[in-house]
Parts: sequence; structure tokens; C-alpha cells
Amino acid sequence: MSELTSMSAAELAGLIAAGEVAAVEVAQAHLARIAEVDGSVHAFLHVDTEGAMAAARAVDERRAAGDVLGPLAGVPLAMKDVVVTEGLPTTAGSKILEGWRPPYDATITRRIKDAGIVMLGKTNMDEFAMGSSTENSAYGPTHNPWDLSRIPGGSSGGSSAAVAAYEAPLSIGTDTGGSIRQPAAVTGIVGHKPTYGAVSRYGLIAFSSSLDQAGPFARTVLDTALLHEVLAGHDPLDSTSINAPVPPVVTAAREGAEGNLAGLRVGVVRELGGEGYQAGVLESFEAAVETLRALGAEIVEVSCPNFGYALAAYYLIAPSECSSNLARFDAVRYGLRVGDDGANSLEDVMSLTREAGFGPEVKRRIMIGTYALSSGYYDAYYGQAQKVRTLIARDFEAAFGQADVLVSPTSPFVAFGIGERVDDPMAMYINDLCTLPASLAGTPAISVPCGLSEGLPVGLQIMAPAQADDRCYRVAAAFESAVERIAPPAGVLA
Amino acid sequence: MSDASLDGSHITRADVAHLARLARLAVTDDELDVFAGQLDVILGAVARVGEVAAADIPPMSHAVPMTNVYRADEVTPSLPRDSVLAGAPVVEDDKFRVPRILAEDA
Amino acid sequence: MTAYEDVIAKYEPVIGLETHVELGTVSKMFCGCSTEFGGDPNTHTCPVCLGLPGALPVANEKAIESTIRIGLALNCSIAEWCRFARKNYFYPDMPKNFQTSQYDEPLCVEGYLDVEVDGETYRVGIERVHLEEDTGKNTHVGTSGRIHGADYSLVDYNRAGIPLVEIVTKPVPGTGALAPEVAKAYVTALRDILRTLDVSDVRMEQGSLRCDVNTSLNLPGAEWGTRTETKNVNSLRSVERAVRSEILRQAEVLDAGGRIVQETRHFQETTGDTRRGRSKEEATDYRYFPEPDLVPMAPDPAWVATLKDTLPELPAARRARMRDVLGVSADDMVHLTNAGVVDLVGATVEAGAPVGEARNWWLGYLAQKANEREVDPADLGVTPAHVARLVALVADGSLSTALARQVVDGILETGADVDTVVAERGLAVVSDTGALEQAADDAIAANPDVAEKVRGGKLPAVGALVGAVMKATRGQADAAAVKQILLARLGVSE
Repeated sequence: MSELTSMSAAELAGLIAAGEVAAVEVAQAHLARIAEVDGSVHAFLHVDTEGAMAAARAVDERRAAGDVLGPLAGVPLAMKDVVVTEGLPTTAGSKILEGWRPPYDATITRRIKDAGIVMLGKTNMDEFAMGSSTENSAYGPTHNPWDLSRIPGGSSGGSSAAVAAYEAPLSIGTDTGGSIRQPAAVTGIVGHKPTYGAVSRYGLIAFSSSLDQAGPFARTVLDTALLHEVLAGHDPLDSTSINAPVPPVVTAAREGAEGNLAGLRVGVVRELGGEGYQAGVLESFEAAVETLRALGAEIVEVSCPNFGYALAAYYLIAPSECSSNLARFDAVRYGLRVGDDGANSLEDVMSLTREAGFGPEVKRRIMIGTYALSSGYYDAYYGQAQKVRTLIARDFEAAFGQADVLVSPTSPFVAFGIGERVDDPMAMYINDLCTLPASLAGTPAISVPCGLSEGLPVGLQIMAPAQADDRCYRVAAAFESAVERIAPPAGVLA
Repeated sequence: MSDASLDGSHITRADVAHLARLARLAVTDDELDVFAGQLDVILGAVARVGEVAAADIPPMSHAVPMTNVYRADEVTPSLPRDSVLAGAPVVEDDKFRVPRILAEDA
Repeated sequence: MTAYEDVIAKYEPVIGLETHVELGTVSKMFCGCSTEFGGDPNTHTCPVCLGLPGALPVANEKAIESTIRIGLALNCSIAEWCRFARKNYFYPDMPKNFQTSQYDEPLCVEGYLDVEVDGETYRVGIERVHLEEDTGKNTHVGTSGRIHGADYSLVDYNRAGIPLVEIVTKPVPGTGALAPEVAKAYVTALRDILRTLDVSDVRMEQGSLRCDVNTSLNLPGAEWGTRTETKNVNSLRSVERAVRSEILRQAEVLDAGGRIVQETRHFQETTGDTRRGRSKEEATDYRYFPEPDLVPMAPDPAWVATLKDTLPELPAARRARMRDVLGVSADDMVHLTNAGVVDLVGATVEAGAPVGEARNWWLGYLAQKANEREVDPADLGVTPAHVARLVALVADGSLSTALARQVVDGILETGADVDTVVAERGLAVVSDTGALEQAADDAIAANPDVAEKVRGGKLPAVGALVGAVMKATRGQADAAAVKQILLARLGVSE
């Protein structure tokens, strides 16, 4: 690890803007780090050395020409492979898209490029973002930099591991039921799921359209906020994009870092804790609540009785939508084609291709969704799940009447061992217990490191009302300022 | 399809085969067993949503309450045809070539 | 009695129609690709209408406006709030393998359209008018050229995503023997309304207006029978033929003690009968659910009111007014109606022509041309404005009737307007007396025998000389004037 790879994005951007370090050097340092450690981490599916160097050179040239650079110009970033990048492989972790090079850029890809951010490559993920461990990738698992035998969380595990392993100071994740927050928690970094609609979904390969939301990862709250401001904003190509000013998240992160939460009411959600949670996770969480109190916050307990139905509702809504979203992978216009031997019908070729191209978790969810949307079952499953969504949103509304933010552990567990839960879907699904309510309600939530349990990171989740993402950042920054920074033990990646 | 899960009955191999056909998945014989068991457990668990009495609760299809998001009726550039066809498994006469189609589905 | 009369004496038919109309927007329903007909394959496509991973739809406001206007013109209520829905099924002409459509929340419901057949008015109830997207086009390659027996197929997505409005009637009982005529009259009336609204070019031969016809038979007093849905009905004449042939076919089945199966049938243009398609009993479960990528529509009541107030005068109202404008008898009105020229005559009168002239043109030369070309007079390409201009030019002596017909021929050949054809072809009455006298002298000199007969008192023989002059002046002289000049030159008087 070099000096450059250990710096924050804000520090790097400052040095680049001041001309003290060239963006090219920063890119090279990170590419070298990737070459050094990614063999054991496997955060990346594709490293775009050429593209990264070209982007870095462009930033250096613009600076030399006297252009005013954006606040993250020249800073490297790792992109989750679910985000479409023109001309660069985009697989969503699936065999069915192996070799596909999209003819267009996602809106956030465009925004990142326009900001002068240097994209290093595409990161590993659970296939089509379905999973909590990155073990569902068709290209092999990613390893947690804290302990290579453990999972880095998921589905954005490649992006969380890349940042935790100092391969990139910034990365992009997507969060449908917790896929930014849980990986952030178990790799000891910061990850934010913005308010649904804050960040354009155009060019995000859809898993569950009404839940998917892209967001930033970084090692500090400020860096996360800086990237958030690059990503967020109205996009006319996404009908669900919010057409309103982006909350002042960078300002909130800076103000929060002053460490004063006086006057802030923090609600502890009674239902997100207790039985089923690891003791070490609960201990870290309780300590975190005390830290918030010490920062001046008023701690209140709130009850959200319908959160207990979030898991059931989520595992109906997400599979239902995915069964429809993934229908387009049909061996006609792009991607894999299997069984086209001149004798098989198109129907056969479609079925053989999808059978060969999708992994077991994807197939499982497609079938659950197909079932839940079937006539005769719709009302009892999908329809009822959407009503539960309303009830969860109402629980939030009531809770935000009593508190400005809500807190919980991000995940009931620390990182578990690779292979430990692959055969038990339900055991995997309960990873999402704490993150699902905000996903279903469309509200923002951040995960910030809150210490270690048995040497592994624990995350604190801070939830805010819709479009009050700045509150997440303010509280997270205050908390960050009050606790010791954690980093993966030296030696793991030596 | 048998009336599974709602009343505690089971997802059968035939149910899985039906779902797989609807979803265009050529599942293997082994998978029929594995998925029948797993879907049974999962659908049994998620059926919990039925416990919430929600006759008067409006379903939430969209997280952000917005309406009437439209674009003006204006032509914007299409993709160059080369890039449209670049990713296709088989192309003929600038069209996507597909194996023979069994029957009209709609 | 004919076989048909026998059937009607025994059974009562119930009909229903589903009509698909491609809207005439310049861009597609959910993306900005052109809707132009006949582009090179796959040139009007983009990530959205190709269903590329990550692409998202944004609805075309003009299409929604047009749908609401159609609904208003059909006396429907407009939904205060409604959503698009996904209709899930696999077919290679559908890029996403779901069609974005509307399910239980159509934009317009509960309307009607009154149609007249043989002076009787039939009220056709409108169940719903909803908006969806069209599919691409498959070409089947193989010896048969059809889907059955094809070796493979080729897909062009230029049409995919063009806005499509579906108009569904309620079942229409009580039409008796006239069921085929009522069906045709309905589609005709609907087409006229759509044309008046200027929302579609409604060309059945190009597929911008497509019709499915539902037919069932029941014994008097019994419940309605099982219906079949006949597709591929691509002309007004076919609508009538399809209903008639399906009535006959069903009666034959029932008379033989058989049972009607609910199924899709395909109309055969060549034979005029219907052929069995897919059985509805094995129909796909479409697994509809609200489209999460599009937000609900809630048409502003004030906007809807404005759309209603600014609807153009609709054909029925127009016809009633035409009766007054034209001052024709009810019988004459039926005559004009059957000839399909009421609006055309009316519009010609409104454009300044006397009723008699307008009527003569549309029932005479133009009817003849339309007949030759096997098109409706309205589709001939000669407009009421053209005719009014011709009438004016004849009235002021610039054109003779014969020349005016030549102008019509010119319009039919080139599509140019009256004055352009007149100018380009040099069509004008030669009123230069000197030139006519010269031509008359030439004709007399060239035909001394004829001239002698006329001088000898055989006045009708002058016709041959008139013909010669007319030929020499390419028909551009006024024949009556030429005759007078000839007689004067020959020294005889009538």
C-alpha cells in the first residue's frame, strides 16, 4: 500500500487540484494496488487500465489548461458491474451477459465521467444483485479484506471490498434490500443508500425496479457525501427520478464532523435488535448509541411494529419484479445463446439459454416471482406485500414524528464464512433484516463503522425521512468523529 | 398449480415445472426436486404478509409519490445500427435472427 | 332463404370489437425514436425500445393526450388516477418480454359510439380505451413464408414501442342479421373519429388500424354463447366478411351438436373464412402488475376539460350539420352516406363550392376514380379544397369541365395541388380569340368535305371540326365558343 492509496478521496482531490500530485500517478498507484492484492480479494471482474489512464491524463490536461476541476476530479473509483458502461464489459455478475459491451452509458456513469472521476474497472457482485455475500457471482466470490475466508457482504461485495482493501477510495454500489449498507458494515467502510429516486436508475441493470437505488461507498463520511453529490440529481431519462434540489449532504458531513448533535432526537428501533442478533453486534450497537448520546443527541425508543413483515414483503416484491425485469435475457438481441442447433425452436433456445445463463439464486427468485404474480395468487402475495409496504412507510412516518433519525445495527451479523450459508436461502435472507424497512419505504439510510466484534467490523445504520439524506450524513460524520477509525488488520493483504 | 403455501400445502415438482415453463427455464430433473423444496419453504415464510389485515390499506407500488412524469413528443437520435446489432448472437439482413418460432403466444 | 338467413332465423349473434390504433406521434411511446413507417431495419431503435439492460421508459405526453381525446370523443369517463402495467409473456418481437400496457386501470372507461345502419341507430358500448406499446415485426424465413413451417425468423424492432391505443367495445347484442354491417359501421365510424381527431393515419393496409372481432351465437332467450376472437381483419370489408363467416361457421358447429371453443381464429383474406389459432383455454398467465418504472397518471381535470372543449366537430355532429348545410332530403342524405361522401361534399361546400357542383364531382368523376382505384373517396388524394378550387376555376371560365378532370388526373398522378397541376401542365382554357380563329381556319382547311356539309346546312357535322380544334388546342378551348367561331367562319348560323 502506497501513501496515495491510503488517502481519502477528498485528500487526493485536493492534491490533484493543487497540482501536487498528478491524477495519472494516483491512478497508477491504485492500479498497482489492484495488481498487488486483487488476486486474493477478487473485487474486480474487469480492470480498465487503459481507460483509467486516459481519464486521468484528461484530468491532468484540463488542470494544466487552467480548467476548474470538480471536487473529485482525478480520484479513482470502482464501479459495480450492474451499472452500464459504454464499450466496457457489463455482466451484472451473470454468465448470461458474458462478453456484452453496452452501446450506451448509464446516467451515473456519464455523471462520474463528467466529474473527472477515474473509473478503474467493474466490480464483482451477486448475480443481478441477488444476494448478501457476493457468492452468487457467476465469476467466483469476492473475499473480505478483513479475513479472506469470509464474505465481503453483498450484493455490492466487490465494491465494498475494493474500498476496504485500498484498491479504490471510492466505489459505486446498488442497494435493493441492503446491498450497499450490509457490505459497508461487514467490510468496515461507509455506504449510503439514497432516497429512492435521488439517483437515476437509467442504465442500472434492474433487479427490483421499485427498490433499486445506486449509491456511494467510501472510507470516510465526507468522501461518501462528495460522491453522493456527483451521483444525485434529476434525470429526465428516469421517470421515478426526483425533480428537486439535492439535499446538502457535503455541508451536512462537514458540519457533522464538528461533533455536536445537541437538539437531535435519535430513535432506537425496538424491533431491530434482540433475538437472532449476534451478541457482539448488539454490544457494538449499544456502545454506538451511547456515543451518540455523548455527542448531545437525545435518545428515544421507537416502535415500528410492521418491520417484522419487511422480510416477507421484500421476498415477494423483489422476486416478482425481477421475474419480469430478467425476462429480457432471451438470447435474441444480446448476451448468451445456448442450444441453437438448427433443430431446437426459439422457445427451447430461450429456455436452455436462461437455464444455462442464470445461477440457482436467480432462477429461484424468478420462479418465486412468477408464482407470486400468477393470477389467483397475486392478491395474497404481491398485492398483500405492497400493502405491507404502506404499513412500513406509516411506521416510519410515525417514528419520524418522535425522532429526527432512527438507528439500528446495519446487519445482525458480522461477516460470515464463505460457503457457510449457500445452501440455505432463508438463512441468507435474514442478513437483510435491518436494511429492508428503509428499502421498502424508499427512505435513505447510511451505514457507518461502529467498532469490531471478534475482530470483524460492525455497522451502525442511520435512517432518515425521504429526501433528508443530509441528516444521515450529519449524524454519521459526528459519529465518525467520535470513534476510532478501523482498518483491516495489516498482514491479511500483505 | 396446486394451491400451495396459502393453506400450508406443498409446492410440487409439477408446480415447479409449470413455473419454469412460464419463466422459460429448462430446469433439470434434479432442480425440480431442489426448487420444489426451497420454494415451499420460502413461499411458506413469505405468506406471512397475509397475517396483516389490510383491507383498507392502499397498496404501495411506488416509493415516491409522483404522478404525470412525461416527455415531450420529440424525436431524439437512435443508436447507430452497427451498435444495435453488435451484441446479437446472430444477425441476418440487418435483423436479429432467431430459431423457428413454435406458435403465436399472443 | 339463404343459409345466412336460416342461421339468423335460429340464432342471435353477439359481436364485440377490439381495435388497435397506432398513434401518429412523431416519437415512440417511451423513447425518442422516430415512428416513421418503412425505415431500414433496426434503425429506429435505442436502448429503451430494444429492451437493453438498464434502459428505462418515459411516457410520451402527446400519446396520453391523444388517448384521452379518443376517450372523450367516445363519450368515456377519464380516469382520475391510473397506472401502466406490465403484461408478461415471452415473444421475440417484444424486446423486454413484457408489454407495457394497462390492465385494470385504463385511461378511459364506459363510453359509447352510435352507428347507423340502414337508417337505424345502434349504440355500441365502449368498455375501455387504454394505451400500450406496439411490438416489433417478425419475418418468417422458409419455404412457406409463414410462421408454420418456417426455418427461422428475423426480427426488426423499428415498430417496437410505437404508441398503440386499444379500444374495446362491450358485447353488442340485438343486431340480428345486420351484425356484420354494424361491425363494419362501427369500425368505419371509429376510423372517421380518429381521422377527425388527427391522432392516427388510420391506415388498415399499413396496420396502423387493426381489428379483432369477437363473435358468439345464442338461441333466443338463452345465455350468450362462447365467443371466438378473430384476428388479422385488415380492411373494413374484411370486418363484415369475418363476422358473417364466423356466424355461419359457428352455426354449422352448433347445428351439428358441437360446442364452440373459446379460441383465437385468423381471418383468411383470400377465402373469406376464419382459421383456428391458439385456444384461449391454454392461454398464458400474463402476470400483470403495476409498471414500477413509470409513475401513475393523474390527468388534471382542468386539462381534460380543455381537451374536451377543444375537440374538433365529430363526424356524427358534422353529418347532422351537413344535412342542414346541404339542404338535402333524408333520402339523398342516405344516398350520399352510402357513397361515403357526405363529409366530402359538405367540406367542399364549406370551402366555397355550390352544393350541386360539389355533389356532382363527388358522386361523378371522383366516385368513378375512387372505384377504379378501389379506395374510399376520402382516401383518393383529392380533397374538398381541391374540388372547391376546381369548381371556382370552371365557374370563372379558366377551366372547362374536361380540363378540370385532367387536373384531377394530374393530382392523382403527382399529389400536387390544383394550381400546381394547372401551371405545370399548362392547362387553361384558350380564350385568345385570334388563336382559336386560326385553329378554326386550319380545321376547315384540313377538312374541306366536312366544311362543305356544314355550309350545306348539315349543322351537326360541325362537331367533327370542333373536335379537331379541341385536339389542336389540347382540349384547352371552350367547346361552345369554338363551335360559334366555326359556324361564323363558315357563314352559317344555328
